[in-house]
Amino acid sequence: MDAILSFDWFSLFAFLAKSVGLLMVVLTMVSYTVYAERRVSAVMQDRLGPNRTGIPMTKIRIEGLGQPIADAVKLLLKEDFTPAHVKKFYYWLAPALGISAVILSLSVIPFGSSLNFDFILNKIFGKDFGPIPMVIANVNIGILFMFAISSLGVYGIVLAGYSSNSKYPFLGGIRATSQMISYELALGLSVIPVFLILGKLNLVDAVQYQVKHGWLLLPITKIDLWFRDEIAFSQILTLSQVLLWIPMFISFIIFTVSLFAETNRTPFDLPEAEQELAGGYNIEYSSMKFALFFLGEYAAMIAGSALIVTLFLGGWHLPFVPDGSNTLGLGFLHHIPGWIWGFVNIGVFFAKVALLLFFFIWVRWTIPRFRYDQLMELGWIWFFEIALVNIFLTAGILAFFPN
Amino acid sequence: MAYTVPRPKLTFAEKIYLPSLVAGLSITFKHLRRMLSGETKVVMQYPEEKWDSHMPDYYRGAPTLVTDEHGRERCVACQLCEFICPPRAITIKPEEIPADNAFAKVEKRPREFDIDMIRCIYCGLCEEVCPEQAIFLRKDYAITGTSRAEMVHNKAKLYELGGVMEGLVNKWNPLK
Repeated sequence: MDAILSFDWFSLFAFLAKSVGLLMVVLTMVSYTVYAERRVSAVMQDRLGPNRTGIPMTKIRIEGLGQPIADAVKLLLKEDFTPAHVKKFYYWLAPALGISAVILSLSVIPFGSSLNFDFILNKIFGKDFGPIPMVIANVNIGILFMFAISSLGVYGIVLAGYSSNSKYPFLGGIRATSQMISYELALGLSVIPVFLILGKLNLVDAVQYQVKHGWLLLPITKIDLWFRDEIAFSQILTLSQVLLWIPMFISFIIFTVSLFAETNRTPFDLPEAEQELAGGYNIEYSSMKFALFFLGEYAAMIAGSALIVTLFLGGWHLPFVPDGSNTLGLGFLHHIPGWIWGFVNIGVFFAKVALLLFFFIWVRWTIPRFRYDQLMELGWIWFFEIALVNIFLTAGILAFFPN
Repeated sequence: MAYTVPRPKLTFAEKIYLPSLVAGLSITFKHLRRMLSGETKVVMQYPEEKWDSHMPDYYRGAPTLVTDEHGRERCVACQLCEFICPPRAITIKPEEIPADNAFAKVEKRPREFDIDMIRCIYCGLCEEVCPEQAIFLRKDYAITGTSRAEMVHNKAKLYELGGVMEGLVNKWNPLK
Protein backbone atom coordinates (compact mmCIF):
# COMPACT_ATOMS: atom_id res chain seq x y z
CA MET A 1 0.00 0.00 0.00
CA ASP A 2 2.77 2.36 0.89
CA ALA A 3 4.43 1.56 -2.39
CA ILE A 4 1.33 2.59 -4.27
CA LEU A 5 0.95 5.80 -2.32
CA SER A 6 4.57 6.74 -2.51
CA PHE A 7 4.79 5.96 -6.21
CA ASP A 8 5.10 9.12 -8.20
CA TRP A 9 1.72 8.94 -9.94
CA PHE A 10 1.92 12.58 -10.88
CA SER A 11 5.09 12.09 -12.92
CA LEU A 12 3.57 9.10 -14.67
CA PHE A 13 0.44 11.03 -15.51
CA ALA A 14 2.43 14.08 -16.65
CA PHE A 15 4.62 11.84 -18.78
CA LEU A 16 1.62 10.23 -20.47
CA ALA A 17 -0.07 13.57 -21.00
CA LYS A 18 3.10 15.02 -22.51
CA SER A 19 3.57 12.03 -24.82
CA VAL A 20 -0.01 12.09 -26.06
CA GLY A 21 0.03 15.86 -26.39
CA LEU A 22 3.28 15.93 -28.35
CA LEU A 23 2.07 13.12 -30.61
CA MET A 24 -1.15 14.99 -31.30
CA VAL A 25 0.65 18.24 -32.04
CA VAL A 26 3.21 16.56 -34.27
CA LEU A 27 0.69 14.48 -36.22
CA THR A 28 -1.52 17.52 -36.74
CA MET A 29 1.54 19.40 -37.85
CA VAL A 30 2.43 16.60 -40.24
CA SER A 31 -0.94 16.71 -41.96
CA TYR A 32 -0.88 20.48 -42.14
CA THR A 33 2.65 20.40 -43.51
CA VAL A 34 1.31 18.34 -46.38
CA TYR A 35 -1.34 21.00 -46.87
CA ALA A 36 1.28 23.74 -46.63
CA GLU A 37 3.43 21.91 -49.12
CA ARG A 38 0.59 21.89 -51.61
CA ARG A 39 -0.39 25.50 -51.03
CA VAL A 40 3.14 26.90 -51.02
CA SER A 41 4.18 24.93 -54.09
CA ALA A 42 1.04 26.11 -55.84
CA VAL A 43 1.61 29.74 -54.96
CA MET A 44 5.24 29.53 -56.06
CA GLN A 45 4.05 28.22 -59.41
CA ASP A 46 1.35 30.89 -59.75
CA ARG A 47 -1.45 28.46 -58.98
CA LEU A 48 -3.81 28.38 -56.01
CA GLY A 49 -3.62 24.88 -54.57
CA PRO A 50 -6.32 23.26 -52.45
CA ASN A 51 -8.44 26.18 -51.25
CA ARG A 52 -11.94 24.71 -51.28
CA THR A 53 -12.25 22.00 -48.66
CA GLY A 54 -13.68 23.56 -45.55
CA ILE A 55 -16.07 22.37 -42.88
CA PRO A 56 -18.09 19.41 -44.19
CA MET A 57 -21.78 19.92 -44.95
CA THR A 58 -21.37 23.69 -44.96
CA LYS A 59 -20.27 26.20 -47.55
CA ILE A 60 -17.51 27.49 -45.25
CA ARG A 61 -14.18 27.06 -46.99
CA ILE A 62 -11.58 28.66 -44.68
CA GLU A 63 -8.96 28.60 -47.44
CA GLY A 64 -9.00 24.83 -47.75
CA LEU A 65 -7.90 24.12 -44.20
CA GLY A 66 -10.19 21.08 -44.13
CA GLN A 67 -8.10 19.42 -46.81
CA PRO A 68 -5.86 17.38 -44.45
CA ILE A 69 -8.93 15.87 -42.79
CA ALA A 70 -10.40 15.00 -46.15
CA ASP A 71 -7.07 13.48 -47.22
CA ALA A 72 -6.88 11.38 -44.08
CA VAL A 73 -10.43 10.11 -44.53
CA LYS A 74 -9.74 9.29 -48.15
CA LEU A 75 -6.55 7.39 -47.32
CA LEU A 76 -8.23 5.44 -44.52
CA LEU A 77 -11.19 4.44 -46.67
CA LYS A 78 -9.16 3.34 -49.67
CA GLU A 79 -8.69 -0.32 -50.39
CA ASP A 80 -5.62 -1.67 -48.63
CA PHE A 81 -4.30 -3.86 -51.38
CA THR A 82 -1.45 -6.27 -50.77
CA PRO A 83 0.04 -7.54 -54.03
CA ALA A 84 0.50 -11.32 -54.27
CA HIS A 85 4.22 -11.18 -54.99
CA VAL A 86 5.37 -9.30 -51.88
CA LYS A 87 7.14 -10.73 -48.84
CA LYS A 88 4.25 -10.20 -46.49
CA PHE A 89 5.90 -9.94 -43.10
CA TYR A 90 8.42 -7.28 -44.09
CA TYR A 91 5.85 -5.62 -46.33
CA TRP A 92 3.65 -5.03 -43.31
CA LEU A 93 6.53 -4.17 -41.01
CA ALA A 94 8.19 -1.54 -43.18
CA PRO A 95 5.71 1.37 -42.94
CA ALA A 96 5.35 0.96 -39.19
CA LEU A 97 9.13 0.95 -38.74
CA GLY A 98 9.49 4.05 -40.85
CA ILE A 99 7.14 6.21 -38.85
CA SER A 100 7.72 4.79 -35.36
CA ALA A 101 11.45 5.49 -35.51
CA VAL A 102 10.77 9.11 -36.32
CA ILE A 103 8.17 9.57 -33.62
CA LEU A 104 10.41 7.89 -31.03
CA SER A 105 13.24 10.25 -31.85
CA LEU A 106 11.02 13.20 -30.94
CA SER A 107 10.95 12.11 -27.33
CA VAL A 108 14.30 13.70 -26.45
CA ILE A 109 13.51 17.10 -27.95
CA PRO A 110 12.77 19.79 -25.34
CA PHE A 111 9.75 21.44 -26.92
CA GLY A 112 9.09 23.95 -24.15
CA SER A 113 10.51 25.25 -20.91
CA SER A 114 8.19 23.96 -18.18
CA LEU A 115 4.58 24.12 -17.18
CA ASN A 116 3.52 24.72 -13.60
CA PHE A 117 -0.10 23.92 -12.77
CA ASP A 118 0.30 24.22 -9.01
CA PHE A 119 -2.28 27.03 -8.89
CA ILE A 120 -4.96 24.47 -9.82
CA LEU A 121 -3.44 21.30 -8.39
CA ASN A 122 -2.93 22.91 -5.00
CA LYS A 123 -6.65 23.56 -4.73
CA ILE A 124 -7.55 19.98 -5.70
CA PHE A 125 -4.86 17.92 -3.99
CA GLY A 126 -3.68 20.38 -1.35
CA LYS A 127 0.00 20.15 -2.22
CA ASP A 128 2.47 21.44 -4.80
CA PHE A 129 3.76 19.20 -7.53
CA GLY A 130 6.33 21.57 -9.01
CA PRO A 131 6.94 22.44 -12.62
CA ILE A 132 6.62 19.81 -15.32
CA PRO A 133 9.58 19.94 -17.73
CA MET A 134 8.45 20.03 -21.35
CA VAL A 135 10.56 17.16 -22.58
CA ILE A 136 9.44 13.56 -22.61
CA ALA A 137 12.78 11.92 -21.90
CA ASN A 138 15.48 14.09 -20.37
CA VAL A 139 18.32 11.71 -21.15
CA ASN A 140 22.00 12.51 -21.06
CA ILE A 141 22.69 10.91 -24.42
CA GLY A 142 20.04 13.08 -26.10
CA ILE A 143 21.64 13.66 -29.47
CA LEU A 144 23.08 10.15 -29.70
CA PHE A 145 19.64 8.70 -29.00
CA MET A 146 18.18 10.91 -31.67
CA PHE A 147 20.74 9.84 -34.29
CA ALA A 148 20.52 6.19 -33.33
CA ILE A 149 16.75 6.04 -33.55
CA SER A 150 16.31 8.22 -36.59
CA SER A 151 18.83 6.19 -38.55
CA LEU A 152 16.68 3.15 -37.82
CA GLY A 153 14.19 4.86 -40.11
CA VAL A 154 16.24 3.74 -43.08
CA TYR A 155 15.23 0.17 -42.29
CA GLY A 156 11.66 1.07 -43.07
CA ILE A 157 12.62 2.23 -46.53
CA VAL A 158 15.04 -0.59 -47.20
CA LEU A 159 12.56 -3.21 -46.07
CA ALA A 160 9.86 -1.62 -48.18
CA GLY A 161 12.13 -1.73 -51.21
CA TYR A 162 13.15 -5.31 -50.55
CA SER A 163 9.79 -6.77 -49.58
CA SER A 164 7.93 -5.21 -52.48
CA ASN A 165 9.75 -7.69 -54.72
CA SER A 166 9.62 -5.35 -57.65
CA LYS A 167 12.20 -3.36 -59.60
CA TYR A 168 11.49 0.30 -58.89
CA PRO A 169 10.95 -0.08 -55.14
CA PHE A 170 14.15 -2.10 -55.02
CA LEU A 171 16.09 0.66 -56.77
CA GLY A 172 14.53 3.18 -54.41
CA GLY A 173 15.55 1.11 -51.40
CA ILE A 174 19.13 0.78 -52.65
CA ARG A 175 19.38 4.49 -53.27
CA ALA A 176 17.94 5.25 -49.86
CA THR A 177 20.47 3.01 -48.13
CA SER A 178 23.55 4.45 -49.79
CA GLN A 179 22.30 8.00 -49.49
CA MET A 180 21.36 7.77 -45.83
CA ILE A 181 24.60 6.07 -44.88
CA SER A 182 26.62 8.74 -46.72
CA TYR A 183 24.83 11.64 -45.12
CA GLU A 184 24.60 10.14 -41.65
CA LEU A 185 28.36 10.71 -41.37
CA ALA A 186 28.24 14.36 -42.31
CA LEU A 187 25.21 14.81 -40.08
CA GLY A 188 26.98 13.31 -37.07
CA LEU A 189 30.28 15.09 -37.66
CA SER A 190 28.69 18.47 -38.24
CA VAL A 191 27.18 18.62 -34.75
CA ILE A 192 30.38 17.64 -32.95
CA PRO A 193 31.52 21.32 -32.88
CA VAL A 194 28.21 22.18 -31.24
CA PHE A 195 28.83 19.69 -28.48
CA LEU A 196 32.44 20.80 -28.16
CA ILE A 197 30.99 24.14 -27.14
CA LEU A 198 28.16 22.76 -25.02
CA GLY A 199 30.24 20.10 -23.31
CA LYS A 200 27.19 17.87 -22.88
CA LEU A 201 25.06 15.68 -25.13
CA ASN A 202 21.86 16.49 -23.29
CA LEU A 203 19.47 18.50 -25.46
CA VAL A 204 17.80 20.17 -22.49
CA ASP A 205 21.19 21.48 -21.44
CA ALA A 206 21.80 22.57 -25.03
CA VAL A 207 18.82 24.88 -24.81
CA GLN A 208 19.78 26.09 -21.33
CA TYR A 209 23.26 26.94 -22.63
CA GLN A 210 21.74 28.98 -25.45
CA VAL A 211 19.50 30.79 -23.01
CA LYS A 212 22.58 31.91 -21.09
CA HIS A 213 25.03 32.44 -23.95
CA GLY A 214 22.80 33.39 -26.87
CA TRP A 215 21.68 31.11 -29.66
CA LEU A 216 24.56 29.36 -31.33
CA LEU A 217 23.62 30.69 -34.74
CA LEU A 218 22.54 34.10 -33.45
CA PRO A 219 24.60 34.98 -30.34
CA ILE A 220 23.11 38.49 -30.31
CA THR A 221 19.96 37.05 -28.68
CA LYS A 222 21.87 37.30 -25.42
CA ILE A 223 20.82 40.95 -25.50
CA ASP A 224 17.93 40.35 -23.09
CA LEU A 225 20.44 39.49 -20.35
CA TRP A 226 21.85 42.99 -20.77
CA PHE A 227 18.35 44.45 -20.47
CA ARG A 228 18.08 42.70 -17.11
CA ASP A 229 21.52 44.02 -16.08
CA GLU A 230 22.94 40.52 -15.68
CA ILE A 231 25.81 41.23 -18.07
CA ALA A 232 27.65 44.32 -19.19
CA PHE A 233 27.03 45.75 -22.65
CA SER A 234 30.44 44.63 -23.84
CA GLN A 235 29.59 41.05 -22.93
CA ILE A 236 26.71 40.79 -25.41
CA LEU A 237 29.12 39.76 -28.13
CA THR A 238 32.47 38.45 -26.95
CA LEU A 239 35.37 37.85 -29.33
CA SER A 240 35.16 34.13 -28.73
CA GLN A 241 31.49 34.13 -29.67
CA VAL A 242 32.09 36.07 -32.86
CA LEU A 243 34.84 33.65 -33.83
CA LEU A 244 32.75 30.62 -32.91
CA TRP A 245 29.96 31.91 -35.09
CA ILE A 246 31.97 30.91 -38.19
CA PRO A 247 32.21 27.17 -37.42
CA MET A 248 28.64 27.26 -36.12
CA PHE A 249 27.43 28.66 -39.42
CA ILE A 250 29.34 25.99 -41.33
CA SER A 251 27.90 23.35 -39.02
CA PHE A 252 24.44 24.72 -39.55
CA ILE A 253 24.76 24.63 -43.35
CA ILE A 254 26.17 21.10 -43.39
CA PHE A 255 23.63 19.88 -40.87
CA THR A 256 20.70 21.39 -42.73
CA VAL A 257 21.77 20.11 -46.12
CA SER A 258 22.51 16.66 -44.71
CA LEU A 259 19.09 16.69 -43.14
CA PHE A 260 17.56 17.33 -46.54
CA ALA A 261 19.35 14.22 -47.74
CA GLU A 262 18.47 12.27 -44.62
CA THR A 263 14.77 13.01 -44.93
CA ASN A 264 14.77 12.38 -48.69
CA ARG A 265 13.74 15.89 -49.57
CA THR A 266 14.46 17.61 -52.85
CA PRO A 267 17.18 18.25 -54.04
CA PHE A 268 18.17 14.85 -52.65
CA ASP A 269 14.94 12.92 -53.14
CA LEU A 270 16.51 10.21 -55.26
CA PRO A 271 14.97 7.28 -53.35
CA GLU A 272 11.51 8.48 -54.30
CA ALA A 273 12.19 10.30 -57.53
CA GLU A 274 8.78 10.31 -59.16
CA GLN A 275 10.15 10.88 -62.63
CA GLU A 276 12.80 8.18 -62.47
CA LEU A 277 11.35 5.52 -60.19
CA ALA A 278 7.64 6.30 -60.40
CA GLY A 279 7.67 6.96 -56.66
CA GLY A 280 10.47 4.71 -55.42
CA TYR A 281 10.13 2.42 -52.44
CA ASN A 282 6.42 3.05 -51.86
CA ILE A 283 5.02 2.06 -55.28
CA GLU A 284 3.54 -1.23 -54.15
CA TYR A 285 1.83 0.29 -51.14
CA SER A 286 -1.70 1.59 -51.01
CA SER A 287 -4.12 3.16 -48.58
CA MET A 288 -2.93 3.76 -45.02
CA LYS A 289 0.34 1.90 -45.48
CA PHE A 290 1.29 4.34 -48.20
CA ALA A 291 0.08 7.17 -46.02
CA LEU A 292 2.35 5.98 -43.20
CA PHE A 293 5.41 6.39 -45.46
CA PHE A 294 4.14 9.76 -46.49
CA LEU A 295 3.52 10.85 -42.91
CA GLY A 296 6.83 9.34 -41.84
CA GLU A 297 8.68 11.50 -44.30
CA TYR A 298 6.99 14.64 -43.08
CA ALA A 299 7.38 13.61 -39.44
CA ALA A 300 11.09 13.16 -40.15
CA MET A 301 11.14 16.69 -41.49
CA ILE A 302 9.55 17.92 -38.29
CA ALA A 303 11.93 15.93 -36.11
CA GLY A 304 14.89 17.24 -38.09
CA SER A 305 13.66 20.82 -37.91
CA ALA A 306 13.09 20.40 -34.20
CA LEU A 307 16.68 19.24 -33.83
CA ILE A 308 17.99 22.22 -35.82
CA VAL A 309 15.90 24.56 -33.70
CA THR A 310 17.15 22.92 -30.51
CA LEU A 311 20.81 22.93 -31.48
CA PHE A 312 21.24 26.16 -33.41
CA LEU A 313 18.22 28.39 -32.95
CA GLY A 314 17.76 28.39 -29.21
CA GLY A 315 14.93 25.88 -28.85
CA TRP A 316 11.96 27.41 -27.10
CA HIS A 317 13.87 30.53 -26.11
CA LEU A 318 12.99 33.93 -27.49
CA PRO A 319 14.69 37.07 -26.21
CA PHE A 320 12.66 39.11 -23.71
CA VAL A 321 10.09 36.33 -23.23
CA PRO A 322 10.01 34.73 -19.75
CA ASP A 323 10.09 30.97 -19.33
CA GLY A 324 7.69 28.69 -17.49
CA SER A 325 9.05 29.49 -14.05
CA ASN A 326 9.03 33.24 -14.77
CA THR A 327 12.75 33.83 -14.34
CA LEU A 328 13.96 34.94 -17.77
CA GLY A 329 12.84 37.80 -19.92
CA LEU A 330 11.75 41.31 -19.09
CA GLY A 331 10.70 42.01 -15.53
CA PHE A 332 7.32 43.59 -16.15
CA LEU A 333 6.19 40.50 -18.05
CA HIS A 334 6.48 38.47 -14.85
CA HIS A 335 3.09 39.76 -13.72
CA ILE A 336 1.52 37.30 -16.14
CA PRO A 337 1.46 33.81 -14.58
CA GLY A 338 4.23 31.42 -15.55
CA TRP A 339 2.09 28.71 -17.06
CA ILE A 340 1.01 31.16 -19.78
CA TRP A 341 4.68 31.77 -20.59
CA GLY A 342 5.16 28.00 -20.59
CA PHE A 343 2.60 27.74 -23.36
CA VAL A 344 4.15 30.71 -25.15
CA ASN A 345 7.51 28.90 -25.08
CA ILE A 346 5.93 25.84 -26.65
CA GLY A 347 4.35 28.08 -29.25
CA VAL A 348 7.70 29.74 -29.97
CA PHE A 349 9.35 26.36 -30.43
CA PHE A 350 6.76 25.13 -32.88
CA ALA A 351 6.74 28.47 -34.68
CA LYS A 352 10.47 28.11 -35.26
CA VAL A 353 9.92 24.56 -36.47
CA ALA A 354 7.18 25.79 -38.80
CA LEU A 355 9.49 28.43 -40.26
CA LEU A 356 12.10 25.77 -40.96
CA LEU A 357 9.42 23.56 -42.52
CA PHE A 358 8.53 26.45 -44.80
CA PHE A 359 12.19 26.62 -45.74
CA PHE A 360 12.16 22.88 -46.54
CA ILE A 361 9.14 23.37 -48.78
CA TRP A 362 10.60 26.47 -50.36
CA VAL A 363 13.78 24.63 -51.28
CA ARG A 364 11.85 21.68 -52.65
CA TRP A 365 10.01 23.83 -55.16
CA THR A 366 13.12 25.72 -56.21
CA ILE A 367 16.02 23.38 -56.73
CA PRO A 368 16.14 20.52 -59.24
CA ARG A 369 17.21 17.06 -58.15
CA PHE A 370 20.90 16.23 -57.91
CA ARG A 371 22.45 13.54 -60.06
CA TYR A 372 23.44 10.46 -58.12
CA ASP A 373 27.21 10.94 -58.45
CA GLN A 374 26.85 14.59 -57.49
CA LEU A 375 24.97 13.53 -54.39
CA MET A 376 27.67 11.07 -53.39
CA GLU A 377 30.44 13.55 -54.17
CA LEU A 378 28.76 16.22 -52.07
CA GLY A 379 28.33 13.84 -49.17
CA TRP A 380 31.65 12.06 -49.14
CA ILE A 381 34.09 14.57 -50.61
CA TRP A 382 32.75 17.92 -49.50
CA PHE A 383 30.60 17.66 -46.40
CA PHE A 384 32.57 14.91 -44.74
CA GLU A 385 35.83 16.81 -45.11
CA ILE A 386 34.43 20.24 -44.28
CA ALA A 387 32.78 18.83 -41.17
CA LEU A 388 36.09 17.28 -40.09
CA VAL A 389 37.99 20.54 -40.60
CA ASN A 390 35.21 22.36 -38.80
CA ILE A 391 35.77 20.24 -35.70
CA PHE A 392 39.44 21.23 -35.59
CA LEU A 393 38.56 24.85 -36.23
CA THR A 394 36.12 24.88 -33.32
CA ALA A 395 38.54 23.11 -31.04
CA GLY A 396 41.23 25.63 -31.94
CA ILE A 397 38.99 28.60 -31.24
CA LEU A 398 37.90 27.08 -27.95
CA ALA A 399 41.49 26.45 -26.97
CA PHE A 400 42.92 29.86 -27.88
CA PHE A 401 39.95 32.13 -27.19
CA PRO A 402 38.24 30.85 -24.06
CA ASN A 403 35.41 33.01 -22.77
CA MET B 1 34.97 10.61 -85.66
CA ALA B 2 34.15 11.35 -82.17
CA TYR B 3 33.17 14.82 -81.16
CA THR B 4 34.69 16.38 -78.10
CA VAL B 5 32.16 18.72 -76.59
CA PRO B 6 34.03 21.44 -74.72
CA ARG B 7 32.94 21.66 -71.12
CA PRO B 8 31.94 25.16 -70.09
CA LYS B 9 34.42 26.86 -67.80
CA LEU B 10 32.65 27.39 -64.49
CA THR B 11 33.52 30.26 -62.24
CA PHE B 12 34.13 29.65 -58.56
CA ALA B 13 30.70 31.01 -57.68
CA GLU B 14 29.09 28.57 -60.09
CA LYS B 15 31.15 25.71 -58.76
CA ILE B 16 30.14 26.11 -55.14
CA TYR B 17 26.50 26.29 -56.24
CA LEU B 18 25.40 28.51 -53.39
CA PRO B 19 24.88 31.82 -55.26
CA SER B 20 22.67 30.19 -57.85
CA LEU B 21 20.80 28.48 -55.03
CA VAL B 22 20.07 31.82 -53.42
CA ALA B 23 19.07 33.25 -56.80
CA GLY B 24 16.65 30.40 -57.33
CA LEU B 25 15.15 30.79 -53.89
CA SER B 26 14.64 34.49 -54.48
CA ILE B 27 12.84 33.78 -57.76
CA THR B 28 10.39 31.38 -56.17
CA PHE B 29 9.89 33.75 -53.27
CA LYS B 30 9.14 36.55 -55.70
CA HIS B 31 6.42 34.41 -57.24
CA LEU B 32 5.04 33.66 -53.79
CA ARG B 33 5.03 37.32 -52.81
CA ARG B 34 3.36 38.43 -56.03
CA MET B 35 0.77 35.72 -55.74
CA LEU B 36 -0.03 36.57 -52.13
CA SER B 37 -0.21 40.31 -52.77
CA GLY B 38 -2.58 39.67 -55.65
CA GLU B 39 -0.15 41.08 -58.22
CA THR B 40 -0.31 37.87 -60.22
CA LYS B 41 -3.77 36.89 -61.24
CA VAL B 42 -3.66 33.76 -63.33
CA VAL B 43 -6.21 31.36 -62.00
CA MET B 44 -9.92 31.82 -62.60
CA GLN B 45 -12.01 30.11 -59.90
CA TYR B 46 -14.39 28.36 -62.23
CA PRO B 47 -17.88 28.04 -60.80
CA GLU B 48 -17.76 31.46 -59.17
CA GLU B 49 -15.85 33.25 -61.90
CA LYS B 50 -16.64 32.45 -65.49
CA TRP B 51 -14.99 33.51 -68.69
CA ASP B 52 -18.30 34.16 -70.43
CA SER B 53 -17.58 37.83 -70.93
CA HIS B 54 -14.18 37.04 -72.44
CA MET B 55 -15.56 34.60 -74.98
CA PRO B 56 -15.01 35.61 -78.60
CA ASP B 57 -17.89 35.79 -81.05
CA TYR B 58 -16.55 32.82 -82.95
CA TYR B 59 -16.70 30.58 -79.88
CA ARG B 60 -18.11 27.18 -80.79
CA GLY B 61 -20.44 26.19 -77.97
CA ALA B 62 -23.61 24.17 -78.18
CA PRO B 63 -25.37 24.13 -81.57
CA THR B 64 -28.74 25.87 -81.46
CA LEU B 65 -31.61 26.78 -83.80
CA VAL B 66 -32.55 30.40 -84.33
CA THR B 67 -35.65 32.25 -85.43
CA ASP B 68 -35.56 35.37 -87.57
CA GLU B 69 -36.88 38.81 -86.76
CA HIS B 70 -40.44 37.85 -87.77
CA GLY B 71 -40.52 34.97 -85.38
CA ARG B 72 -40.25 32.42 -88.17
CA GLU B 73 -38.09 29.44 -87.63
CA ARG B 74 -35.33 29.59 -90.18
CA CYS B 75 -34.85 25.86 -90.47
CA VAL B 76 -36.50 24.36 -93.56
CA ALA B 77 -35.65 20.76 -92.64
CA CYS B 78 -33.35 20.23 -95.62
CA GLN B 79 -31.41 17.80 -93.42
CA LEU B 80 -28.00 18.86 -94.74
CA CYS B 81 -26.76 19.24 -91.17
CA GLU B 82 -27.98 15.79 -90.35
CA PHE B 83 -26.02 14.39 -93.27
CA ILE B 84 -22.82 16.29 -92.65
CA CYS B 85 -22.72 15.77 -88.88
CA PRO B 86 -19.57 13.64 -88.34
CA PRO B 87 -20.74 11.92 -85.12
CA ARG B 88 -24.35 11.75 -86.38
CA ALA B 89 -25.65 13.70 -83.43
CA ILE B 90 -28.49 15.37 -85.33
CA THR B 91 -31.84 13.68 -86.06
CA ILE B 92 -34.47 15.59 -88.02
CA LYS B 93 -38.03 14.53 -88.80
CA PRO B 94 -39.43 16.99 -91.40
CA GLU B 95 -43.05 17.88 -91.87
CA GLU B 96 -45.07 19.88 -94.33
CA ILE B 97 -46.17 23.36 -93.28
CA PRO B 98 -49.97 23.43 -93.35
CA ALA B 99 -51.50 25.59 -96.07
CA ASP B 100 -53.21 27.97 -93.67
CA ASN B 101 -49.90 29.00 -92.10
CA ALA B 102 -48.50 32.38 -93.04
CA PHE B 103 -45.25 30.73 -94.07
CA ALA B 104 -46.86 27.99 -96.16
CA LYS B 105 -44.66 28.95 -99.10
CA VAL B 106 -41.60 27.59 -97.28
CA GLU B 107 -42.87 24.00 -97.81
CA LYS B 108 -41.03 22.22 -95.00
CA ARG B 109 -40.16 22.65 -91.38
CA PRO B 110 -38.72 20.24 -88.81
CA ARG B 111 -41.35 18.37 -86.80
CA GLU B 112 -38.65 17.09 -84.52
CA PHE B 113 -35.08 18.31 -84.34
CA ASP B 114 -32.89 16.47 -81.87
CA ILE B 115 -29.23 17.06 -81.20
CA ASP B 116 -27.63 14.46 -78.98
CA MET B 117 -25.19 16.51 -76.93
CA ILE B 118 -23.37 13.39 -75.79
CA ARG B 119 -22.41 12.81 -79.41
CA CYS B 120 -21.89 16.37 -80.52
CA ILE B 121 -18.22 17.25 -81.05
CA TYR B 122 -18.78 20.99 -81.46
CA CYS B 123 -17.12 20.95 -84.90
CA GLY B 124 -19.46 23.57 -86.34
CA LEU B 125 -19.97 21.78 -89.66
CA CYS B 126 -23.76 21.99 -89.24
CA GLU B 127 -23.49 25.74 -88.99
CA GLU B 128 -21.26 25.94 -92.03
CA VAL B 129 -23.41 23.74 -94.18
CA CYS B 130 -26.78 25.27 -93.31
CA PRO B 131 -28.11 27.11 -96.41
CA GLU B 132 -30.71 28.99 -94.38
CA GLN B 133 -28.42 30.17 -91.59
CA ALA B 134 -30.73 28.51 -89.13
CA ILE B 135 -28.27 26.62 -86.93
CA PHE B 136 -25.59 28.38 -84.99
CA LEU B 137 -23.03 27.34 -82.43
CA ARG B 138 -23.73 29.63 -79.51
CA LYS B 139 -21.73 30.26 -76.33
CA ASP B 140 -23.26 27.64 -74.04
CA TYR B 141 -20.46 25.26 -73.03
CA ALA B 142 -21.63 23.71 -69.76
CA ILE B 143 -24.12 21.20 -71.13
CA THR B 144 -24.98 18.83 -68.33
CA GLY B 145 -27.70 16.38 -67.49
CA THR B 146 -28.41 13.54 -65.14
CA SER B 147 -29.55 11.08 -67.81
CA ARG B 148 -28.86 10.31 -71.44
CA ALA B 149 -32.37 11.44 -72.37
CA GLU B 150 -31.73 14.77 -70.72
CA MET B 151 -28.64 15.28 -72.84
CA VAL B 152 -30.65 15.19 -76.07
CA HIS B 153 -31.69 18.70 -76.96
CA ASN B 154 -35.10 18.70 -78.62
CA LYS B 155 -36.49 21.41 -80.84
CA ALA B 156 -37.97 23.49 -78.03
CA LYS B 157 -34.70 23.46 -76.12
CA LEU B 158 -32.69 24.33 -79.23
CA TYR B 159 -34.89 27.35 -79.97
CA GLU B 160 -34.73 28.38 -76.35
CA LEU B 161 -30.94 28.33 -76.44
CA GLY B 162 -30.71 29.90 -79.88
CA GLY B 163 -33.05 32.86 -79.57
CA VAL B 164 -33.50 35.34 -82.37
CA MET B 165 -30.86 36.02 -85.02
CA GLU B 166 -31.63 39.10 -87.07
CA GLY B 167 -30.56 39.77 -90.63
CA LEU B 168 -28.00 37.80 -92.55
CA VAL B 169 -25.01 36.77 -90.56
CA ASN B 170 -21.69 36.43 -92.25
CA LYS B 171 -21.23 32.80 -91.55
CA TRP B 172 -18.16 32.53 -93.79
CA ASN B 173 -16.25 34.53 -91.28
CA PRO B 174 -12.79 32.97 -91.49
CA LEU B 175 -12.59 32.87 -87.73
CA LYS B 176 -15.55 30.53 -87.46
